[in-house]
Order: sequence, then C-alpha cells, then structure tokens
Amino acid sequence: MNIVVCMKQVPDTETKIKINPEGRGIVTEGIKYVMNPYDEYAVEEALKLKEKFGGTVTIVCMGPSRATEAIRTALAMGADDAIHLNDPAFEGSDSVTTAKILAKAIRDLKYDLILAGKQAVDFDCSQVFACLAEILDLPYASVVTGLEVEEDQKSATVKRETEGGIQEIIEINLPAVIAAQKGLNEPRYASLPGIMKAKKKPIKEMNLAALGMDANEVGEEGSKLKTMNYSLPPERKAGKKIEGEPKEIVAQLVTLLHVEAKLV
Amino acid sequence: MSNGVWIIAEQREGKLKKVSFELLTIGRKLASKIGEPLAAILLGYEVEKLAETLDGYGADKIFVCDDEALKNYSNEGYTKVIVDLAKAHQPSILLGGATAQGKDLLPRVAARMQTGLASDCVGLEINQEGHLVAKRPMYAGKVLVDAITPEARPQMAALRPNVLEVEKTDEPKKAEIEKVKVEVKPDDLRAVIKEVVKTAGEKVDLIEGLVIVFGGRGMKSGENFKILEELASALGEGVAVGASRSAVDSGFAPHDIQVGQTGKVVNPTLYIACGISGAIQHLAGMRTSKCIVAINKDPEAPIFQVADYGIVADLFTAVPLLTEEIKKLKEQD
Ligand SMILES: Cc1cc2nc3c(=O)[nH]c(=O)nc-3n(C[C@H](O)[C@H](O)[C@H](O)COP(=O)(O)OP(=O)(O)OC[C@H]3O[C@@H](n4cnc5c(N)ncnc54)[C@H](O)[C@@H]3O)c2cc1C
Ligand SMILES: Nc1ncnc2c1ncn2[C@@H]1O[C@H](COP(=O)(O)O)[C@@H](O)[C@H]1O
Repeated sequence: MNIVVCMKQVPDTETKIKINPEGRGIVTEGIKYVMNPYDEYAVEEALKLKEKFGGTVTIVCMGPSRATEAIRTALAMGADDAIHLNDPAFEGSDSVTTAKILAKAIRDLKYDLILAGKQAVDFDCSQVFACLAEILDLPYASVVTGLEVEEDQKSATVKRETEGGIQEIIEINLPAVIAAQKGLNEPRYASLPGIMKAKKKPIKEMNLAALGMDANEVGEEGSKLKTMNYSLPPERKAGKKIEGEPKEIVAQLVTLLHVEAKLV
Repeated sequence: MSNGVWIIAEQREGKLKKVSFELLTIGRKLASKIGEPLAAILLGYEVEKLAETLDGYGADKIFVCDDEALKNYSNEGYTKVIVDLAKAHQPSILLGGATAQGKDLLPRVAARMQTGLASDCVGLEINQEGHLVAKRPMYAGKVLVDAITPEARPQMAALRPNVLEVEKTDEPKKAEIEKVKVEVKPDDLRAVIKEVVKTAGEKVDLIEGLVIVFGGRGMKSGENFKILEELASALGEGVAVGASRSAVDSGFAPHDIQVGQTGKVVNPTLYIACGISGAIQHLAGMRTSKCIVAINKDPEAPIFQVADYGIVADLFTAVPLLTEEIKKLKEQD
C-alpha cells in the first residue's frame, strides 16, 4: 500500500505571535517551528498501515527551506522519502492554491491513500485536504478518529467525529484523502536509529519550474482569497478574583452572575 | 453580478441547527447593504416543512433540495447540489456554518467553484468596494485577519456558531419556496455513512452551547465529572460539559468534548472552568467566551488572568456549593 502524507511545518503552539510592521503577516524571527500536530497523527497512521500492508510512505510538504527539519522528523519516524515543494513564489497561497500545488506533485505518484491533518494550526483553515481531494477527484473524510483499511485495500471504514456526541461511520472507496483528528492514534517518537537513518533518506526538492507551473498561478497572485489587516484580538482583562471562605465566595459569585452579569 | 446572498441552512435529523438562523440574520444585513436578495438552501430528505421554519428571517427565496439521496450528509452529494444551483444562479455571496458539517462541505464547494473560502469567521461585513470582508482568527485566535475574495464568485465564508445573535424580522413570511430537482444518484457517492453512533460523551452540542461547564486535570477522575453534570443540570437545559486536554488525556473525559487548539472552539456566554490551569492551547478554544468563571485552588493559575470572576477554592467544595446556590436561586425565580 503506497501512502502519501501531506505535512506542513507550523509555529509551535506555545509561540507568542507578533504582527509584522506591514500588518500582513507575523514576525517569524525567534519562532520555533514544528510538524503540524494533526499531521503527526497522519504520519503515524501511514506508518501503521505500512507495517500491516507493506508499501511506502511518502511525505509531501510545501514550505520554505526551514521545513526540511519537519520533513526529517517524519522520515525519522519511519517515512521512506519526501517531496519538498519549495519556491518563494508559493508563499501567500490560499488553501485552494496550496492544494493545486500539492496535487501537481502527487498526481504523478502511485498512491492508494492520501493522509493529511484536519487543520494546520497556523492559519487554521481546515480546507486543504478537501480541496486536494476535489482537484484529484477523490472522495475524502475529515476529522477522522478511526481508520480500518479492508484486506483488498479497495475501501476503508472510517470513524469521524461530528458534534453533540455523534460519530459517523463511513465507508469510503480508495484511493481517498483522509484528514486526521486527535484520537486516531498515539504518534511515535523518532528513535535514535530512526534519526540516523533519516539523514540518508531522499528528499526531492521541487520548485515552480519543476512542477511546470507559472508564477501567476501560485502564491498571492494565483490565490482567490486575500488575507490582510492583521490585528491582535482585544486583550482579556482579569476581572474580580474572589478569595475567602468557600461558602461566602460562592454565594458572592452567584450574586455577581445574577445581578451584574445577568447570566443565571 | 447581482444574484444574491445565499446561506446554506443546516439540519440534522430533521432539526434545523441554530447557526442557520444566525446565517439568515447576517445574510439579511449583507444583502440589504449590497441591494441583493437573500436566499437559503435547504438540503435533506423530507425536510420541506423546515422551509416554513426558516421563513420569517428575511429570506426572499428558499431552495428546497429534498431527495432520499440527501438523507445522510455526504460532501460529494451536497457539493454537487449546491454547485449546480450556484452555477445556474451565480450568487455573489455564499455562506455556511463553521460546524462539523460545514467545515467538511464548504472547502469542496469552494474548490469546485474555483473561489476563495474564509474559514471559521467571527465577523462579516461589506467594504466600500462592495466586497465581503470576513474577519477570522488565525494562530488559534492569537491574530485576527480580514479575508476578501475580490474577483472570484461567489465570495464564500463559514460563520462560527454563537458569534451573532439571531434576529427575527417583523415582516410576514414571504419567501418563495423553490423545489430543486436533485441529480444525485446513490451510486455516485464514493463515501457513504453506514452508521451514526451516539456516544455517551457530549450530550449537548458543545459549539452551540450558551453555557458550558468545564473540567480539567484538577477533577482527578472521570467519576468526579458527575459533580459537573450536576452543576450543568442545575444551570438549566442545554448546558454542555467540556474538558481540557489533560483531562481527556488522563482518561477522565472523551475526546469529543475537548476544547482548545487541538479540540473544539467554543464561544458561550458563560464558561465555567473547574480545575483548569489555563494553558495557552486551552485558551485558544475559549478565549472569546463572553463571561469566564474560574474555580482553581492555585491563586497563581494563569486562568485567573482571563477570568471575569475567579474563585480561589478547592473545586470539590466549591462546585457542589455552587450547584446548591444556583438551585436556590432558580427556585426563587
Ligand atoms: C500541540 C498541543 C496542543 C494542545 N491542545 C490543547 C487543547 O486543545 N486543549 C487543552 O485544553 N489543552 C491543550 N494542550 C495542553 C495544554 O498545554 C495543557 O497541558 C492543558 O490545557 C492543561 O490542562 P489542565 O488545565 O486541565 O491541567 P493542569 O495544567 O494540570 O491544571 C490543573 C489545574 O487544576 C487545579 N486544581 C487541581 N486540583 C484542584 C482542586 N481540588 N480544586 C481546584 N483546582 C484544582 C490546579 O491548580 C491546576 O491549575 C495542548 C498542548 C500541546 C503541546
Ligand atoms: N503547505 C502544505 N504542505 C503540505 N501539506 C499541507 C500544507 N498545507 C496544508 N497541508 C495539509 O492539509 C491539512 C489541512 O491544512 P489547512 O487546510 O491549511 O488547515 C494539513 O494538516 C496538512 O496535512
């Protein structure tokens, strides 16, 4: 079973974000970058399927040169090889355009399944997996917390999380795009031998020309959705801290909620 | 182009989701600003009667797409119906809810329409050029941006539930109901729902919850979540219970009630945190709550920096007391 995993490198979730002077992006200096947390589940699931069915796991990542680090992490976890889509022209691509670029690279691969994360925790769009599936004319399932591939590898049963405690069990034809949610598995850590081996695994760099695309199809120019006017949300101020005898402070709280906030 | 503002109404098992009315409310404002009609699309099976419930919120037209093939939601089936309609009528704006269904559906629609989609929006306006400006959080709410789609149509946005208040109009019901012929065959679908499972976890839809009671690692066990359930039911109907990631990872609560950067984003009017420290990843999922109450025994807990009301106490004492006080108050009313 040949599996493609779409992986993005994003700022660590602890990062304090500052807006750049132009108001059209963030200050990237000093940021620690990591593999998108949801993509860790995607990589792990791919490795588990490879262990079961054999085949290969290929990482596809669009991002600047720093993204090599996250790619190496995925290779150290056990992925076989990677394609790094790296060109300054790609910067500023919206979700549909990102998916187009990924699709260009994936189209020529032999794959039975594409795994992605349900969301990249930088722009929080939650779109690329669906746009990619649409462009490649594949079915997809998102927010997936369970994946069972049939023995014949022609279909799979997935569990997807919705809301109100409702889960959907979906039967999906392969190849398909599956977008991972937390709960799908426990991502492994890269072992020391894994890290050593990863250094020798092939990463194929591809730029705009290698993909056979034009500059005006990608990046901000090629994207329909334009993002601007970065601002910081209003700061939440600390309100009243109430200390004292539990019975008294709880009574005080209820009065405040009733009279001041009018919420109970 | 002047072919209207469209909203995708969402129903599950024959019940309209609240976000549908929030969408109509904002849709009406946008439509009057650009001087175009407002339309709703309703999809499902045996949902015709729901069109009447949707009427009265300002829609000039309701497209009813009623077919057995749409009984269960599928991104392929629903996309086909919506895109066929949108291609025929060319709306200038197409909105949906940033719900489990909307998040799954809208990006496929956007990709097929070759347009832009602003995810999980917290504000929608029209600018001077007459374009839709979608305000949306990024980096887990640490930044807000404006997203616009200047050229492609429709301009698409997913609205986060609970951000806007529903307003009914005083006008009589007026919507023209148009039944749409659905051209989806079950065999076309490559992904189909086989079963819908209701887990014990989330009883009230978290993202629609107006009041949510939360437990963190301080709850010590899953068993102890019972005191939160009791508080929730004292507070009234429709009060949801949620959890921090540490509570989920410790096995106290199921993952589908986790809130935060790797859980759900909620926006209730009242959020009560019990035994939650207030880590940055947790705040990402609840920082826009209108009123935050925190109960924590550590006076230095970061959650107090964002709490409107901070109670420094042992939760095992304070929560049952709070439940009692609320019950007393409700009896008086
Ligand atoms: C990539 C990534 C993603 C993450 N995503 C999320 C996410 O989506 N959601 C999320 O919540 N977290 C997330 N986290 C985890 C986050 O960093 C914190 O670890 C987590 O939120 C802490 O949960 P907690 O507050 O319940 O537990 P703790 O930090 O352990 O806090 C427990 C609190 O309970 C208090 N307490 C203990 N006993 C009592 C008592 N008897 N009475 C009163 N108070 C008591 C303590 O004083 C303490 O403040 C993520 C982390 C990472 C790295
Ligand atoms: N630049 C990228 N390179 C590779 N995969 C990506 C990229 N952007 C998004 N993805 C994939 O799409 C998922 C959803 O991302 P998004 O739609 O940006 O929230 C991510 O979890 C990744 O699996």
